[in-house]
Amino acid sequence: MKPHADGPRWLNIFHFASPYQFYPLAGRLIPLFATLAVLLAMAGLWLGFAIAPADAQQGEGYRIIFLHVPTSWMAMLIYVAMAFWSVMHLILRTRLSAMMAQALAPTGALMAFLSLFTGALWGKPMWGTWWVWDARLTSMLLLFFLYLGFIALTRSIDEPDRADKAGSVLAIVGVFNVPVIYFSVKWWNTLHQGASISMEKGSTMASTMLIAMLLMSLAAWMYAITTTLSRVRNLILQREARTRWVQELLAIPANKA
Amino acid sequence: MTPRRKRAAWIIGALIALSLVTFFIVNAFRQNLVFFYSPTQIIAGEAPKNSAFRVGGMVAENSLARAADGVTMQFIITDTAQNIPVQYRGILPDLFKEGKGVVAQGRWENGTFIASEVLAKHDENYMPPEAQEAVNQAHQAAAKNLAASQASQHNKEQQ
Repeated sequence: MKPHADGPRWLNIFHFASPYQFYPLAGRLIPLFATLAVLLAMAGLWLGFAIAPADAQQGEGYRIIFLHVPTSWMAMLIYVAMAFWSVMHLILRTRLSAMMAQALAPTGALMAFLSLFTGALWGKPMWGTWWVWDARLTSMLLLFFLYLGFIALTRSIDEPDRADKAGSVLAIVGVFNVPVIYFSVKWWNTLHQGASISMEKGSTMASTMLIAMLLMSLAAWMYAITTTLSRVRNLILQREARTRWVQELLAIPANKA
Repeated sequence: MTPRRKRAAWIIGALIALSLVTFFIVNAFRQNLVFFYSPTQIIAGEAPKNSAFRVGGMVAENSLARAADGVTMQFIITDTAQNIPVQYRGILPDLFKEGKGVVAQGRWENGTFIASEVLAKHDENYMPPEAQEAVNQAHQAAAKNLAASQASQHNKEQQ
């Protein structure tokens, strides 16, 4: 990469593209996002389970929405973020971009799984079935498999450069499933209901329920950022283990002990 | 072109090609991948004959009845244009209600839909029971007003 000499260093986006610079920054950001995640989740759970009223149709059972919707949104969003970092990696050849994509994947897979799992728990009492092969549920299952495929592919190639490239291509190809998930309830007849929150119609939820759901979504964001940053730090240490700065870093605790 | 621009061009090209592919696949599926048929489609003969399919719509008001054998439930699924009589032996889901959404799987036999599975389809509205009550009252009031205005119009026309 070309050296970027002009301008203050913190304004330069390429400055933190170096694992050496990003490692301490991530370390400083983790406690901030972790604290936010806990606080937002506590507020969201309190509002959702203690304050929000029961639903007129579904009674108390609808409260699973406070987990189901945030995890579903996160699962889709994390995949888009993965695809973004994959494009960055393929164009700019920045190693850190590929590490970001790989650090995001396990959190995304967890969110997709939770979305499917809470959806099944919700479907049984409300619809009368755990699972149907409608467009929304099927495309969400495909997203979960894409995450698993991405993780398996990148882990099965020993050479980091080739693993990064193969993973990036898969992440980019799979990203076209995300709009299909989002619009599936519009494009097809599905058992799954339409979106409660949309650009055109606004929200069709009572405001306390909506605020609780948004708080839980923000908490899910913060959680995803926290876990991704700490996973990126581990990846940096693994991949840069031979560099001097990592060896010096790892030597410090040994000296103290 | 610098190597970086070249890579960017390749990737943008690939993204465009992939989005076209997705568009065509989704477009094909939109016509062929049907989770349920509406009563109008069934009456028009669009639903498959001699095989199981799903019908979706609303449970018509005051249509739910228990057959003489005491186990079979009978009701009508409507999309307000056409009605489909349904027979079902089994337990209906909690959210199954007259005037609410429903999806039933089964066969079309001699003008009756013999369901093997009935699922409730709830909508995207979430509100507390009091708000629902207020909405219902507003709807009833609006219906009354409409009926009254139509009646007065009718009277005027007769005079």
